[in-house]
Amino acid sequence: MADSFRAVKVTDHVYWVGAIDWGIRDFHGYATHRGSTYNAYLVVGEKTALIDTVKAPFVEELLARIGTVVPPERIDYVVSNHAEMDHSGGLPAVIAAIRPEQVFASTMGVKALREHFRLGREVTAMKDGESLRLGNLTLSFVEARMLHWPDSMMTYLAEDKTLLSNDAFGMHLASSERFADEIEDGVLAEEAAKYYANILLPLSPLVGRLLEKVGKLGIEIEMIAPSHGPIWRREVEKPVGWYAKWAAGETSNKAVVMYDTMWQSTATMARAIAEGIAAGGASAKMMPLRAAHRSDVATELLDAGALVIGSPTLNNGVFPTVADALSYLKGLKPRGLIGAAFGSYGWSGEAVGQIEEAMEAMKVELVGEGIKVKYVPDEESLSRCLSAGRGIAERLSAKAQGRGDSGLRGAG
Amino acid sequence: MKKYQCLACTYVYDPEVGDPENGVEPGTAFEDLPDDWVCPQCGVGKDMFEEIA
Repeated sequence: MADSFRAVKVTDHVYWVGAIDWGIRDFHGYATHRGSTYNAYLVVGEKTALIDTVKAPFVEELLARIGTVVPPERIDYVVSNHAEMDHSGGLPAVIAAIRPEQVFASTMGVKALREHFRLGREVTAMKDGESLRLGNLTLSFVEARMLHWPDSMMTYLAEDKTLLSNDAFGMHLASSERFADEIEDGVLAEEAAKYYANILLPLSPLVGRLLEKVGKLGIEIEMIAPSHGPIWRREVEKPVGWYAKWAAGETSNKAVVMYDTMWQSTATMARAIAEGIAAGGASAKMMPLRAAHRSDVATELLDAGALVIGSPTLNNGVFPTVADALSYLKGLKPRGLIGAAFGSYGWSGEAVGQIEEAMEAMKVELVGEGIKVKYVPDEESLSRCLSAGRGIAERLSAKAQGRGDSGLRGAG
Repeated sequence: MKKYQCLACTYVYDPEVGDPENGVEPGTAFEDLPDDWVCPQCGVGKDMFEEIA
């Protein structure tokens, strides 16, 4: 393996030594359609530090890449920015292979690593703002508690104005290219939005504050090197701007309609609602749940103003795919949504009411009464669906007009 | 005394219980917690807490 896998030079002192996971399509329930990377970085000064590791099965790839810069056993320090196993899984093997002088993590990271592994050695806690000298270079640590785990931390290399941001500003995207400027803009925007929607959305209030905190530190950032996906070596204001926008919760006049169906009745209702939404001047994004993954629904919801949910009643309850997506979206705490529920049933028809209850718990403002149709929708039912769609569209455009005072979902 | 909830992880600070593990006596109002008190579950600061009914 030694010569096949090489490090990629990022700055004068920083090398990418991570791994590319071309085949992963399910990342803890998040559909990674384009695979992912686990980025680890080697910072080479008078002393040498390894920042993060990789998912356990990729340790040999990591060590091989390191070996093209320095012999792994020459590494003095290992820094663990985040204890989640896509970054720390390789830590026990890496420590055994290189025997670093010291291992560092955030205060919460020291605890989290202890609760993950039996490393058999001390991990030193780095407080927010503390630094580590590598002789001629200085690594500074910025805590990012709950962005997105209690232990999350970023590492800043002042000499190269480079922020090793860990999961922040990352995306699941496997590519041969290591830099964002080598990749199509549309792909970057889509995968960054998907990552934010599925990982950071519930923590949006903290994202705004972290951006503020980093702004106040007065540090210059010319490069952002995250732990997944490409490195931003120029235009760092692009991902930072996206985060500011998403954290503020700006929405468009898009309505996400997610639904499933048993005998096409609920699907037909969904289609009529979508027609109404479009006729009312808004945009309907249809997400039929046997084709659309829950994590793609979450991505669509990131800038949506409405969530409309349809489910048949199956054995007195919500259809399983709808319950799955509903549970997932609830955890992501989308804010400022209006919504409605609909569905077909044969005899008892509980699903619509159960969905409305769940939506109320998610603080979605329900517009109009849920639409229930027995067995197969007739012309009259479909016209109710159509006007419900129009109603949603009207509310969305009213919201857009009132955006001056209330359009931002608020970062507090 | 009002309860407060952590916006990041949903931990609830109940003044009747306090946070004895971190040296906060039962009966301490949220407002009287020291400025450097952090959420015992996830570690974010006091400013991430919101009053709940």
